[in-house]
Amino acid sequence: MRLRARRPGLALAALAAVLAAATFNNAPQAAGGAPRATAAEVTALRDGEGRDLTVGRCIICHSVEYIPANAPAMDRAAWQKTIQKMKDRFGAPITDQEAKQILDYLAANYSGKSG
Amino acid sequence: MPGLTRREALLAAAGFIAAGARGEENVAAVSFGGGAALAALPGKDPLIQRAFRPPNFETPLAELVPLYTRNAVFFVRYHLPVIPQVDAASWRLEVGGPSAQRPFALSLRELKGSFPRVSLAAVNQCSGNRRGLFSPRVPGVQWANGAMGNALWAGVRLRDVLHKAGVAADALEVVFNGADTAVLPGTPDFVKSLPIDRALDENTLIAFEMNGESLPHWNGAPARLIVPGWTGTYWVKHLTDIRIQPAAFDGFWMKSAYRIPTGAFSTARFVSQETPETTPITEMLVNSLITSPAPAARLRRGEAAHVAGKAWDSGSGISVVEVSIDGRQSWREATLGRDLGRFAWREFQLPLDTSKAGPLEIAVRARSRNGATQPEALTFNAAGYHDNRVQAVRVEVS
Repeated sequence: MRLRARRPGLALAALAAVLAAATFNNAPQAAGGAPRATAAEVTALRDGEGRDLTVGRCIICHSVEYIPANAPAMDRAAWQKTIQKMKDRFGAPITDQEAKQILDYLAANYSGKSG
Repeated sequence: MPGLTRREALLAAAGFIAAGARGEENVAAVSFGGGAALAALPGKDPLIQRAFRPPNFETPLAELVPLYTRNAVFFVRYHLPVIPQVDAASWRLEVGGPSAQRPFALSLRELKGSFPRVSLAAVNQCSGNRRGLFSPRVPGVQWANGAMGNALWAGVRLRDVLHKAGVAADALEVVFNGADTAVLPGTPDFVKSLPIDRALDENTLIAFEMNGESLPHWNGAPARLIVPGWTGTYWVKHLTDIRIQPAAFDGFWMKSAYRIPTGAFSTARFVSQETPETTPITEMLVNSLITSPAPAARLRRGEAAHVAGKAWDSGSGISVVEVSIDGRQSWREATLGRDLGRFAWREFQLPLDTSKAGPLEIAVRARSRNGATQPEALTFNAAGYHDNRVQAVRVEVS
């Protein structure tokens, strides 16, 4: 049984770089047909203090368009909860100090919750 | 980015940069509708890209018009980003667990050859379909209407496979794992369980074909679970391990995710996973989708037009679909299309009166054979599930 099979641990920096491109490397190629736009990880997060740290930590596991896509549902408290979930439930390697910086960046730039 | 021409890369970049720029003025405009670009995964046609990694791609409304949703446009939903291309020739399915009397493993050829072949039409709908329509908004993939589709699935009955392994009397749940994995050791693998009675239901399948073709990579090749009537979270893709066990499975994706308030919906209970506060989402609710006219369509006065779409539930089947064009004061019964089976969606159609110019609001509500009807109000839940409110499209006749 391999219910908990894991990838071997690698240095995180290398991992992030490799995996940003790795998802589709094993994918089947489209068979023939007209050229078409290919799915791409191209997302510009707003410039601001903490952006690079935020991008660097988040893209270990997921592309960053989740951030603007979720902004309408988020405020500072919701981002706090999400970052905590990423740390506690998903094992994100984020120190408390980094979590604070990421929270400040996301709360300042991607809090669109109304009411 | 391999496989991307310069022009395509620029187009893709432009889509996202445009979305970001709009966000400078209005964050709410970023994520929904206009914020998501159309893009194609390898082997797929362009879909609404809700997220690139893990890949979450939504079927555009126009592609939900055909009775069977084409494989090339069927929605794609993953939680974990490491998605291996599974080699069908060397793939093995392990069947065991503490409540399996005769654990075994089999190849795809053995799976296909050892058990009766079964096919059925069924709707596969993500639990969070329409989350992006929630009010107030909730976090998660901001799906509109297209995290769903209807396909003809072919495979073998799960129960035949389980019986070959020998189901002990103490079996409580059956646990399913697929080949997709996480990046970090601390991230819970995507593993789901079913109550033993649902696993032994004659309609629960291990499918290896979709609409007459081998399962596409992005929809779970070489074999996936089909749980007709239940939401997509149980339809585990790239199946590798099946465990029969005497205890409730305690993984994150059962104990913490995909849960709804206990008692809030009249759906099948999952007793072994229930707490006083929350319980796993199980069956889909009765629901419908207007595919025509398109939202904000402009119709010419006097033109022949019709209201059309799909209705579905968790397996009772659809009894009636009604249409209102007078602000939900009066309702007329639509004509139902061919019955593909109780787990499939059902087409509906009704001619639309275009004799008067002006705005028109078209509302549709479906009723299932068990008497359940789509409600007007949302039963709010924090995860954004089960939005089966009566929907309306607004069009203009001129």
